[in-house]
Amino acid sequence: MKLAYWMYAGPAHIGTLRVASSFKNVHAIMHAPLGDDYFNVMRSMLERERDFTPVTASIVDRHVLARGSQEKVVENITRKDKEECPDLILLTPTCTSSILQEDLQNFVERASLESDSDVILADVNHYRVNELQAADRTLEQIVRFYLEKAKKQQTQNNEHSSESISVEKTQKPSANILGIFTLGFHNQHDCRELKRLLNDLGIEINEIIPEGGSVSCLKNLPKAWFNIVPYREVGLMTAVYLEKEFDMPYVSTTPMGVVDTANFIREIEYILNKNSTGKTKGRQSDAKSDDPALKKDFFDFERYIDQQTRFISQAAWFSRSIDCQNLTGKRAIVFGDSTHAASMTKILAREMGIRVACAGTYCKHDADWFREQVFGFCDQVLITEDHTQVGDMIAQLEPAAIFGTQMERHVGKRLDIPCGVISAPVHIQNFPLGYRPFLGYEGTNQIADLVYNSFSLGMEDHLLEIFGGHDTKEVITKSLSSDSEFTWAADGLTELNKIPGFVRGKVKRNTEKFARQNNIQTITVEVMFAAKEAAGA
Amino acid sequence: MTTLSNETLVFECETGNYHTFCPISCVSWLYQKIEDSFFLVIGTKTCGYFLQNALGVMIFAEPRYAMAELEEGDISAQLNDYKELKRLCLQIKQDRNPSVIVWIGTCTTEIIKMDLEGMAPRLEIEIGLPIVVARANGLDYAFTQGEDTVLAAMAQRCPSESTQNVSCDAKLSSHSIMPKTSEKIYDPALPGISQSVPLKKPAVVLFGSLPSTVATQLTLELKTQGIEVSGWLPSQRYADLPLLSEGTYVCGVNPFLSRTATTLMRRRKCKLIGAPFPIGPDGTRAWVEKICSVFGIVPQGLEQRELKIWNTLEDYLQLIRGKSVFFMGDNLLEISLARFLTRCGMIIYEIGIPYMDKRFQAAELELLQKTCREMKVPMPRIVEKPDNYYQIQRIRELQPDLAITGMAHANPLEARGITTKWSVEFTFAQIHGFANSREILELVTRPLRRNQSLDSLGWAKLVK
Repeated sequence: MKLAYWMYAGPAHIGTLRVASSFKNVHAIMHAPLGDDYFNVMRSMLERERDFTPVTASIVDRHVLARGSQEKVVENITRKDKEECPDLILLTPTCTSSILQEDLQNFVERASLESDSDVILADVNHYRVNELQAADRTLEQIVRFYLEKAKKQQTQNNEHSSESISVEKTQKPSANILGIFTLGFHNQHDCRELKRLLNDLGIEINEIIPEGGSVSCLKNLPKAWFNIVPYREVGLMTAVYLEKEFDMPYVSTTPMGVVDTANFIREIEYILNKNSTGKTKGRQSDAKSDDPALKKDFFDFERYIDQQTRFISQAAWFSRSIDCQNLTGKRAIVFGDSTHAASMTKILAREMGIRVACAGTYCKHDADWFREQVFGFCDQVLITEDHTQVGDMIAQLEPAAIFGTQMERHVGKRLDIPCGVISAPVHIQNFPLGYRPFLGYEGTNQIADLVYNSFSLGMEDHLLEIFGGHDTKEVITKSLSSDSEFTWAADGLTELNKIPGFVRGKVKRNTEKFARQNNIQTITVEVMFAAKEAAGA
Repeated sequence: MTTLSNETLVFECETGNYHTFCPISCVSWLYQKIEDSFFLVIGTKTCGYFLQNALGVMIFAEPRYAMAELEEGDISAQLNDYKELKRLCLQIKQDRNPSVIVWIGTCTTEIIKMDLEGMAPRLEIEIGLPIVVARANGLDYAFTQGEDTVLAAMAQRCPSESTQNVSCDAKLSSHSIMPKTSEKIYDPALPGISQSVPLKKPAVVLFGSLPSTVATQLTLELKTQGIEVSGWLPSQRYADLPLLSEGTYVCGVNPFLSRTATTLMRRRKCKLIGAPFPIGPDGTRAWVEKICSVFGIVPQGLEQRELKIWNTLEDYLQLIRGKSVFFMGDNLLEISLARFLTRCGMIIYEIGIPYMDKRFQAAELELLQKTCREMKVPMPRIVEKPDNYYQIQRIRELQPDLAITGMAHANPLEARGITTKWSVEFTFAQIHGFANSREILELVTRPLRRNQSLDSLGWAKLVK
């Protein structure tokens, strides 16, 4: 057992339900006790979803405990099949039901005989994987199910060919986007931005899954030239599967920040050029003249990257401007899921000259990748699922700004440190109505705003305190340390009061630490300066 | 009582496929109510994530509750439950120093048959802190019934008068040692022993967790009638649990407290006053009247008081008269709210309710019938363990002016042009007593007032 107040990633079934309810006309049935269907509340609240969340529970109650589910699950599946006529029904176990060890696979098989929908059992272990891993796994499971189904149908249609599914690639270069889904951090906006970017490059979108996708279209996935996995947490398994089965290359660089967006585009360029030279299928090159794709199937996006970077996106210019110069060397802490935390760390360090004192992620299963990504961009790495560790780290390092999740925002509030939210878990304010992508060139603008506003708000506070906060009566410190055994002399207090608010607490603590080490009881101005000298600052 | 068939309440029971909060959510208000408590929910990530999401911002205020998150080793019994719980409870004691730790059992502890009730007394002695066990799980209960299980467990911990009884017995026995000659002839002029015990002041213990201001209001309401509230279950501090002895009168303030009522009657030999619940001015008046009648008191000035409250509500009543309501049902307050809204002049189509204890709610049901008759409206259907899918079909057919529903359905219904009110708000708002009647209507009329300001715009239906 472990004592837990708060968690970054939810239980496995949440991930499964997020994927299932993102598809069109897919219904998830949870094998769960009453009250476990709070996913519907989250989706309805946070996403402000207009439609009923396609998730129902087959309730596990006392009777089920005593006699097993018997016909109940099968009945619920067939009933839902008649009521909603979904393409797919996904039976989802929960923590509770997985202990019961009922033969859910058997229910699924029985129910699929009676229903028109496809029925599959989500394959997730609740005690070993979290929300994100489960989402990744479920997406791959559904894709695999439908591609194998398509394969079977094809072999039935032409019995002589026992080869794998024959794939007719699209005429124009096209891509699938994998891993955009419900309750994802700014996913909808990122999706729009990616579409725009690909459109600029003259690449067509083949399928976007799971958000808004239909399972009947999954058989078209292999028609695309390549796959795009914008987020590391969800979609990677599917991309790897498609690469193995259908030889489809994938781009897994997250196009977040100016440098990585350029890398992302170059990767696409490389894939397209490799693809077109190795193509044997006769494609007409009817590329329009305004397409950035040049004639003779040779793609060169360098001019596009340069244009966008220097003139369309404002982020490159921002990082040269005086505003950003003032941020040079300021210290920040970054924490979040592996994708956003790694990208943010690189943006702060590489594109804005901000010193990242600590970069961390709660995706423990992906720790190695994260370390590799942020290597050389931060002073230290923190891999933990325990929010108190992150809080302590923030309190200890006292950065000028935090970039983290909802939890870090609250820590920041308590410590008076501004925080920009860059990753799930988030609350309703991070499902904005306005257009706020984090990816692509518009994303770079949004991130620049976020960073600049976080820091400048902090600065504004201090300026106010420096010019207007000279209360000569007594010092008001907001230090978290409870009782101090020191007496501050009047002149010491006055001096302390002159120090800008954002470092005042730190100076006070350092001075007291120095006094403790040297057995000094009363802290005067002299002691303060001595402490400052001792600290070498 | 002769009633025609069409004017009695119809009870139905559906499939139980409905949405409600898990009963462990009760920790969110109980930890705030009982100031020196600590709630430890023994469950999985699923439970933790629910609390974290359902309780929103509260989670960041250093709450006095936590999850004992079960891991694979706990499920497969590779780890010793007792040792694990001891470790966590000692940590809690060290960090927070509470006066009581409440263990909330969950579905998982039920299924793996973790003997919480067996372990608690042993651990209590070892760590020197009372441990109360409440099995508030989704296998057996819905939402507010979580509080019921906690209070039922707390009722067992209330002090009894045994200590005072001892002193009383000693007095009596000393009397009996006296020579009996003085008692030969009973002389009414001389006060005998039987009359030397003064007549007890009417006193009652109220059960149900209310915000302290509301509890004070209800206490004062009874005080003006000369009835003393000798204690509340739960009290503001665990150390101040009320005295319960045989024959103590108890009365509930919330409709979901049937287990607590049963425990008080059977285990603590208390006398239960079955009254409607003090929700709305009509309910509050009926509640006070019923308690008064038990003590043979004629209530003073209640009628005027009720009338005065109704008069202050007039602006809201104008908005809702003649409008129809559909309760999907998730928190067991439905019968009382429906009764109050009927009195306000609304028409109730259906009352969904997770669980209907006809005995505990008998007085409330009777008042509901009486109200329907007096207001000359048809009796509503009461649907126990409703099926949300069928309910939504019915809502589509009936097109009620207001659907009171959980958050899972609120936005989708709004998008389809059905006005909704989120039912959970009734659990957290202050709705008891005369003074809070306006609060209920504030909630009920909010969507209707929103409609008034937006309806001229012409986009009520927002789905393709």
